[in-house]
Amino acid sequence: MLAPVHHVIGLTTIVRERLLPISGDVIARLQQKVTAGEVVAETRWSREHALLDVARILGVSPAAADKLIKCKVDDQVTASAEIAVGRGMFPKSVRAPKDGRVVAVGGGQVLLEVGETKIELRAGIPGTVVEVIPNRGVVIQTSGGLVQGVWGNGRVDAGLLINLMEGPETVLVPGRIDVSLRGSIILGGMIRTAETLQALAELPARGLIASSIQPSLLSKAREMRFPILVTDGVGAFPMNTAAYKLLSTNAKREVALNAEVFDRYTGARPEVFIPLPISSEPPLPNEVEVFAPGLQVRMRRPPAMGMIGSIVSIKPGLTILPSGLRAQAAEVKLENNETVIVPLVNMEVVG
Amino acid sequence: MPTSLVTSNSLLAIDVGAANTRAVLFDVIEGEYRFVASGVAPSTAEAPYKDVSEGARNAIDALQKILQKTLLEPAGRSLIMPSQPDGSGVDSLVLTISAGPAVRTLVVGLLKDVSLESARRLTESTYARILDTLSLGDQRKPDQQIDSILRIRPDMVVIAGGTDGGASRSVQKLLEPIGLASYLMPDEKRPAVLYAGNEKLVEEVKSLVGSLATTLHFSSNIRPTLEVEDIDPAELELAQMFVTIRKKQLKGLDVLDLWAGGHTLPTSYATGRMVRFLSNVYGFNKGLLSVDLGASSAVIAAGFSKKSVLKTYPQFGLGENLVGLLNFTTVDDILRWSTLDIPPSVIVDYLHQKSLYPGTIPATKEDLVIVQSVAKQALYLAMQAARKDFPKDAAFIKPTLTPLFDPIIAGGATLSDASRPGQSLLLLLDSVQPVGVSTVILDQNNLMPMLGAAASQNNILPVQVLESGAFLSVGTVISPVVTTKYGASILKAKITYENGTEANVNLKYGFLEMLPLASGETARITIQVSRGVDIGFGPGSGTKNMPITGGALGIVFDGRGRPLDLPADPVRRRELIKKWNWTLGGG
Repeated sequence: MLAPVHHVIGLTTIVRERLLPISGDVIARLQQKVTAGEVVAETRWSREHALLDVARILGVSPAAADKLIKCKVDDQVTASAEIAVGRGMFPKSVRAPKDGRVVAVGGGQVLLEVGETKIELRAGIPGTVVEVIPNRGVVIQTSGGLVQGVWGNGRVDAGLLINLMEGPETVLVPGRIDVSLRGSIILGGMIRTAETLQALAELPARGLIASSIQPSLLSKAREMRFPILVTDGVGAFPMNTAAYKLLSTNAKREVALNAEVFDRYTGARPEVFIPLPISSEPPLPNEVEVFAPGLQVRMRRPPAMGMIGSIVSIKPGLTILPSGLRAQAAEVKLENNETVIVPLVNMEVVG
Repeated sequence: MPTSLVTSNSLLAIDVGAANTRAVLFDVIEGEYRFVASGVAPSTAEAPYKDVSEGARNAIDALQKILQKTLLEPAGRSLIMPSQPDGSGVDSLVLTISAGPAVRTLVVGLLKDVSLESARRLTESTYARILDTLSLGDQRKPDQQIDSILRIRPDMVVIAGGTDGGASRSVQKLLEPIGLASYLMPDEKRPAVLYAGNEKLVEEVKSLVGSLATTLHFSSNIRPTLEVEDIDPAELELAQMFVTIRKKQLKGLDVLDLWAGGHTLPTSYATGRMVRFLSNVYGFNKGLLSVDLGASSAVIAAGFSKKSVLKTYPQFGLGENLVGLLNFTTVDDILRWSTLDIPPSVIVDYLHQKSLYPGTIPATKEDLVIVQSVAKQALYLAMQAARKDFPKDAAFIKPTLTPLFDPIIAGGATLSDASRPGQSLLLLLDSVQPVGVSTVILDQNNLMPMLGAAASQNNILPVQVLESGAFLSVGTVISPVVTTKYGASILKAKITYENGTEANVNLKYGFLEMLPLASGETARITIQVSRGVDIGFGPGSGTKNMPITGGALGIVFDGRGRPLDLPADPVRRRELIKKWNWTLGGG
């Protein structure tokens, strides 16, 4: 049976496509070395429009109004600029309500784009641009350690990784956060209170890697200006030992945190990347595996949820689970040497 | 059925679900169509596979192994079609799909309570999420409407409005912001548009939004007059539009659609078609109800004498959308169904984890209790929502309760994979809350949509498969409508078996009772009810020597009243639910 893969790898080659949501300008060049926070492409997007019904305001037919309109598509207009003027001794005029750009003219109407927003696409990982996708983005390649998460708040940054965890079950409390952590990426364990997030924001921290976060804090976490990556789940879960070991042993290294929002269809996932010096290019990680003895797996449902283990054997046929359901299952030896029977659909390969 | 009417063609049906893809083979055995076997594999719409055809091939491969029969060509990429003299391959294929995110939808209607309501009802027939509506009563300015459309980025716009020969300028006014917003979108992000309004405006719709929509679909007016609503033709058009959208979104679907010769349908539409088909073939006196609780959505399809209703609720699906369930209900309302004292935070955590990993299953007893509680509440909410659109002239005991349905067919992993039929039945009784006398059937292999899809090619196949025992008959449920004191006697029944032996039950309020009657067996039942108790024959009226059919659980008497009123005290409530579970053998 096909196995989903969750990457926690000490050394690998990573290739990531970074694309704008709409077409724009690609700034980065082929073979350019980029940092995680570097802008590689940008575009403009207007969330606000103003529709000026010239015909109605001037009291003329749409065809007549079209002749009175002074602007054309793509013209930049300033606030109060005259868009159209009527006829007669005391002609009415139609003015632009705000600075903007004309995007459509016709039928006696003018549509303006106002309140334009600049969208900047950051590299997300430090590396080399190996492909430029015209008007959309780039492909970046690099090598190092990789830890994937399950939830991200959509932000990107890089900094020194500081470990505040004493073990996988650590809860990060505001008292642990002091000014010496300013500008760092914090390896922080479980997040249970808004005060913890607030304390990190006040530093400010460059990023947070949490094992879990309370559901009620998700909206606040989305508002934070620094990236937040959750490794194990929404709720109260310790960090899986594979991620904990890799991250804690890389404390005091520069890491890049791309807390991309998880998207099951595109495959976008929040990731921590640890740049490491290499002598030869390590292999790309497997994106697909087939469940087999010896594979390292992580449990996604009770019992032993979040624990790491190793497949001892795949059970033949269907196994009756304690719940009474029948499913394909495997015998898994957990890190605490306990052996459990787990349905294959409740596991993911870690590696 | 004479053998000569059956063309000996095998048919492979594939259902691409959000969590699993199933491949099911139907073939002619001894002159009649039969369900032969089913192969299942995880769906592959999501990363890293991002190709639904991979999951389909894996499901077919699993089926090959079960059947010891070759269906795929040696390289495993293409299906062998038609079947070959050596027995390999199949003769035809039908495809249903529910995988993929709910389709982002803008619904447009002229009048809020008339055409907009009809458009909403139409949209709810497929896997859509209504993110905004536009109508004449909309207080927003046109530029605000444009901004809203750009913000929600609809995949689909459903437009109704204007009685035939009625308003035209008003409809045009509504279309302007849609046309302008589409004009501002990149070509590949423009929505597909379905127009099902005033038929005189078709040409104007083409000129206003035609060049700005990825595809433009037309259907007959769903509201030809203020009093008449006719959604059925538009449902088919919407189903085809959904498949077109999915082909754009999901790689590999075009390959499978080619195999199916274009016979691809949304799973829910195919289920709805099967319900209509069965209603026509069997002409049930009461309504026919099909409920399907899957990862992608909850689907309620009901057939009545003059009308059918199809409701697809992605918001009540048990997969990736599950975390949004709390927008429609509370944790306390979920926990009221639990037999265990579970902290509310565990439920919230479960909803998040299950949304993250929709394909996972409960391995422990406690996890199963959580799943069942969530499933009950999701199906309960789906039924409550669907009930609003059931026809007013349906057979009811009370208009505030579920109409009279017989049979009730239940499918979807949570209902059909339940380890014991008693668990499935209790889930169904608690959430659907049927009234009167109903036969309950479990669609263990999730065949309903596949048979619905097959019906367009072969109308003998669904009937023969249905009558062949491919579905599990749970039994007959008798649910009196009554409110009285706990423990008061409400119904006395005597069953006379075919061999002449008898069994009696004295049903008390608040209790569930069972009498054995094996699957395939029939008996006669005489029921006397207490004053005010209604089982569908009128208050206080029973029945004499009514034929009744058996099932895995025999005859089940649900004396808990309608609507089901659970005790407020959590300890007593949990004890009662445990007791009911035990009575039905649900453990």
